[in-house]
Amino acid sequence: MNRKQFLKSMLGLTLGASTMIGATVKAADTIKVGVLHSLSGTMAISETALKNTALMAIEEINAKGGLLGKQLEPVVVDPASNWPLFAEKARQLITQDKVDVVFGCWTSVSRKSVLPVFEELNSLLFYPVQYEGEELSQNVFYTGAAPNQQAIPAVEYLMSDEGGAAKRWYLLGTDYVYPRTTNKILRAFLKNKGVKDSDIEEVYTPFGHSDYQTIVANIKKFSAGGKTAVVSTINGDSNVPFYKELGNAGLKATDVPVVAFSVGEEELRGIDTKPLVGHLAAWNYFMSVKNRGNRSFAKMYKTWAKRNGVPNLDTVVTNDPMEATYVGIHMWAQAVKQAGTTDVDKVRVAMAGQTFKAPSGFTLTMDETNHHLHKPVMIGEILPNGQFQVVWKTRKPIRAQPWSPYIKGNEGKQNL
Amino acid sequence: MSMDARYTPQIEPFFSRNGWIALALLSLLAFVVVPSLFVFVPDTSAFHISAYTVTLVGKIICYCIVAVAMNLIWGYTGILSLGHGLFFALGGYAFGMYLMRQIGRDGQYQSDLPDFMVFLDWKEYPWQWFGTDHIVWALLLVVLVPGLLALVFGFFAFRSRIKGVYFSIITQAMTFAFMLLFFRNETGFGGNNGFTDFKRILGFPITEPPMRAALFALSAAALIGAVLLSRHLIRSKTGRILTAIRDSETRLMFSGYNPVQYKLFVWTLSAVMCGIAGALYVPQVGIINPGEMSPANSIEIAVWVAVGGRATILGPLLGASVVNGAKSFFTQSFPEYWLFFLGLLFILVTLFMPRGIVGLVNQLRGSHK
Amino acid sequence: MLQGIKRAIGCALFAIGLGVSPAQALDADAVSGLASEDFATRMAAIDAIAASSDAAALELLQLLQNGEVYLTEDGQVILEFDEIVDAVTLEPLDPEPDFYDSVIVNNRMRSKLSTAIAALSLLSDDREVRYDSARALEDAEDPQLLPVLAKALSTESDPEIRALLVHTRAVLQLKSDDPDARLQAAEALGESNQRRVRELLAAMLQTDASGAFVEPVEEVREAAEKSVKSIDRRLLLIDHAARLFSGLSLGSILLLVALGLAITYGLLGVINLAHGEMLMIGAYATYVTQTIFRQHFPEAIDWYVVAAIPVAFVVAAAVGMVLERTVIRWLYGRPLETLLATWGISLFLIQLVRQIFGAQNVEVSNPSWMSGGVEFMNIVLPYNRIYIIGFSFFVLALMWLMLSRTRLGLFIRSVTQNRAMAACVGVPTSRVDLMAFGLGSGIAGLAGVALSQIGNVGPELGQSYIIDSFMVVVLGGVGQLAGTVYAALGLGVFSKFIEPHIGAVLTKILVLALIIAVIQKKPQGLFALKGRAAA
Repeated sequence: MNRKQFLKSMLGLTLGASTMIGATVKAADTIKVGVLHSLSGTMAISETALKNTALMAIEEINAKGGLLGKQLEPVVVDPASNWPLFAEKARQLITQDKVDVVFGCWTSVSRKSVLPVFEELNSLLFYPVQYEGEELSQNVFYTGAAPNQQAIPAVEYLMSDEGGAAKRWYLLGTDYVYPRTTNKILRAFLKNKGVKDSDIEEVYTPFGHSDYQTIVANIKKFSAGGKTAVVSTINGDSNVPFYKELGNAGLKATDVPVVAFSVGEEELRGIDTKPLVGHLAAWNYFMSVKNRGNRSFAKMYKTWAKRNGVPNLDTVVTNDPMEATYVGIHMWAQAVKQAGTTDVDKVRVAMAGQTFKAPSGFTLTMDETNHHLHKPVMIGEILPNGQFQVVWKTRKPIRAQPWSPYIKGNEGKQNL
Repeated sequence: MSMDARYTPQIEPFFSRNGWIALALLSLLAFVVVPSLFVFVPDTSAFHISAYTVTLVGKIICYCIVAVAMNLIWGYTGILSLGHGLFFALGGYAFGMYLMRQIGRDGQYQSDLPDFMVFLDWKEYPWQWFGTDHIVWALLLVVLVPGLLALVFGFFAFRSRIKGVYFSIITQAMTFAFMLLFFRNETGFGGNNGFTDFKRILGFPITEPPMRAALFALSAAALIGAVLLSRHLIRSKTGRILTAIRDSETRLMFSGYNPVQYKLFVWTLSAVMCGIAGALYVPQVGIINPGEMSPANSIEIAVWVAVGGRATILGPLLGASVVNGAKSFFTQSFPEYWLFFLGLLFILVTLFMPRGIVGLVNQLRGSHK
Repeated sequence: MLQGIKRAIGCALFAIGLGVSPAQALDADAVSGLASEDFATRMAAIDAIAASSDAAALELLQLLQNGEVYLTEDGQVILEFDEIVDAVTLEPLDPEPDFYDSVIVNNRMRSKLSTAIAALSLLSDDREVRYDSARALEDAEDPQLLPVLAKALSTESDPEIRALLVHTRAVLQLKSDDPDARLQAAEALGESNQRRVRELLAAMLQTDASGAFVEPVEEVREAAEKSVKSIDRRLLLIDHAARLFSGLSLGSILLLVALGLAITYGLLGVINLAHGEMLMIGAYATYVTQTIFRQHFPEAIDWYVVAAIPVAFVVAAAVGMVLERTVIRWLYGRPLETLLATWGISLFLIQLVRQIFGAQNVEVSNPSWMSGGVEFMNIVLPYNRIYIIGFSFFVLALMWLMLSRTRLGLFIRSVTQNRAMAACVGVPTSRVDLMAFGLGSGIAGLAGVALSQIGNVGPELGQSYIIDSFMVVVLGGVGQLAGTVYAALGLGVFSKFIEPHIGAVLTKILVLALIIAVIQKKPQGLFALKGRAAA
């Protein structure tokens, strides 16, 4: 140990941060890729599968010879569903581990927490989850859906004759920014379509709310006034008690359909789906989509899960955010190949217009300007086996509008 | 409380002559060495300290202040609060309001209001935000909000002679209720997302190294101040009454003292210290949200103190640093095992190191002699 | 197009109305319409099939409703029995197709199917089938159904079914052109319990854009107004009854989660922050039992919950006893330190479960006898909640018997009252502590079985109940079983009566504030022991 190193480590020790020093050594023969998903805490339920998908895609790329002649090396950290820790871990990945790109985050608040870090250090984040929009960072590529790629088509479908011609709307969500913004957009959209304010009810519950008796009773009351649809932006864990209550209270999908934006195959694994048949979800991908690409995607994940001993592996499923993660990694790899370097500014330029044949069966394009994917919209009804039957889908991918035209003040931002 | 009664408060060698020298050296390190290595040494040099390390250590220093505050009320006075995370968060929110105002029109919507108010369709700042664009008022709030809340809550609780576990549980109920309140978007503090994306303080950009260094030095100064203050307090007559409350409150009352005012004093002081720590913490980590008020966070604060060693000067500092350092290390190196580690640490410390790390060191020393 | 559909419905209903069901083969064109990608064509196909109104049509519609009608790749509509057959000719396909997929049936089609099926089976010989059909038609809005109803009413003798049909007929007659029919309907519907009917009646009293009443005849309006008032009175009552029920249900859940704690904390004085994890272990024990039943006793799957009760109790009790022996017994008399150690245990157990079962929630389904609910005055009381209310009182009774009638109970009470004295007279206090802690944990495990039936089963399950259960025990008064019961039920009912007014979040905040306030007034809880025992 030379003097410099000695001094430095002594300093570290006194600061109580000696643990961080070893991590700064960088191996030059690999390209490091950060994976920033909660593996513990409340969000572990959703994010663990995304970490698995990221690792699987990295293995896949490595098996095909890696990138620019180097292997990809995943660096997995656990921000533990703790939002300040997200920012700290992001900084650590970028400055200490020197990763070239980060795949991660689920909740809006975690993204908001890391955003200043990515902007300050000019690094890249790929964010794979549907979200409320109203944001556009040069340092983020959004591979999930913006509201116009999920919420609005779903409501349009329910308004149509085919979807049941709903007249009244019960907007139910967990009280945080995604449901609030989505419902604000939907309210403006519905009003635009001539729905009266008295026919829209907006209700929020706290995180982890587990007693939906009162709310289900209110939905029942509300639906007496005309054909009602429930738009649910309930988050993760609260869905199970909500759906159980709904099923047991005898509200069938044919009476009051519920369309959810946060319930996919992964969430349904934890629910007995028999009482839920016919309720809907809107996504850009369903596991039940039939095409060769999706078959091999699902098979690849199952094999990966088996090899890595994922718990409960006989029931593993793929879902929309997993697909978005997968697409994101491959697009990034293509962009790196095209740019010939992992340099952030060059990769960002190369990302524009990048295309990839996604497991959804569509060829997705990264928008030239707005950092969002063009995505198809699919609406699925829940089947007894926990899968979705696609009952409606767009003919081609549609462009994201991160700045919803239904929110005042966004008029000038439509061409971004 | 029988366990606590076995403690005899010790003033450790920390404040012998060597202790003062160590303090001076640490101050030099915190105020001169670290900031200059961080700001002036280019990051290609081996001497450079990264922004990551500075913010991480800065964060831990803030936690240390909280631990010192917790130690005052729990270690010395024997009152276990499971609501200190609330005071910490309130201080953070108070200063966070100022930081939000400093964003100005640089938000997503280029509005004078913070983004979350824009999406709630609010046209002006609600009353809670009055005056928060002035740093002086914001700093006053940092002290006043946690202080007043603690004063009022403590007044009723201590007057009703709520003690021990009951006190712990109602403080837990309090922080839980506030967490739910702050999660509501209507409360006016950004709901679940809280405050983030801060840009500047007093017009200076927050991400520039000099600002980071200044925050770091300020935190260190606050910590040194907190340690000195608590040491001074413990050696004073008031301090002896506090330990007497811990060891036998009834006897103290029979001796003619009214413990309520002493408890109230130390409880409020402790809350204010937490508030200050929170205000320093928020600009360094860049986010404050109601998650900081979750009951689990408050329990963790108690654990830092227990791990380090209650009723010791150094203990809380050691505890907060070790647990948080370990957390940062484990969440990177063994992400799936850090809860095991943390859980086991708590169990083993309470079982085998009832006096924490400091106690263990003292014991080892004792057996050597 | 729409006209065509309407005519088709008309034909179908006319045919049914006459009760004609000539045995004829299904119309091949109609059936092939199911293969269409166009939604309207598929809807029309259903009408056309229903129009033939014979047994084959009914069977096909039922298969369609269950998603058991398939399409080959070249669009042939097929069914799958022992072999794969064409849906029209019922001839087996040769060779069998490699690939086929269900005909897409969405909600709209499903609801059309259920009306059509109900209309077709309203004249069935089986009373249950007729009853279900009458129920299915309750919400129907199509006046074309009137002849079908009239036909059914002319032969129906069962009073329950008659009442349903009469009600449905009255609702449909509100739209009749004949003022007398409307008047009769408006009067008769005063007996209804349905909010929907109330809205329909109230709509008649509205004025349209030109200021004229929707219902032109004043007499009918008066009758409607009277009926609205009468329904309103009943609905108010129903509302209160429903709230009381949901309050009781919430209260019974609070009671279950708090009972175990009432022993470990209330009687032993151990602040067990890992109590929530005992709930979680109970719920996972239920999950494992369900898995075992699915694999080994699929025919008895409905009874897995019953089997899970002892399993959960034993598993949670065993875990609790291990913890008591290894950790907690060293910390008696140091409540604040127990708190920290049990917090550590809780983190450890959560991560352990996450490693074993994965971070995701696992699926625990209600057995068939706990699914659905009993309908009472047009509100549905879910069976799972009814059973849980009963279960919580069962557990309570068991615990009470245990504490008051058994030797162990006697010991536990004596140790609670005066540990030193109990030890002096020969009570094996250490063993009693162990047993009591096991009992408390076991009861938490039982609560876990109940929780698995209404909510999530995941590693974090316990975290969401731990604060609630402490609040209940503290509010009720430590060491007081009766206090725990009052506190749990009181909080449950109170919350449910407040929630409709101020929402779920503020209710919870209010309840917490209330508890803090109560403890200020009564520091030992609402039902504290008085006198020496309180020490």
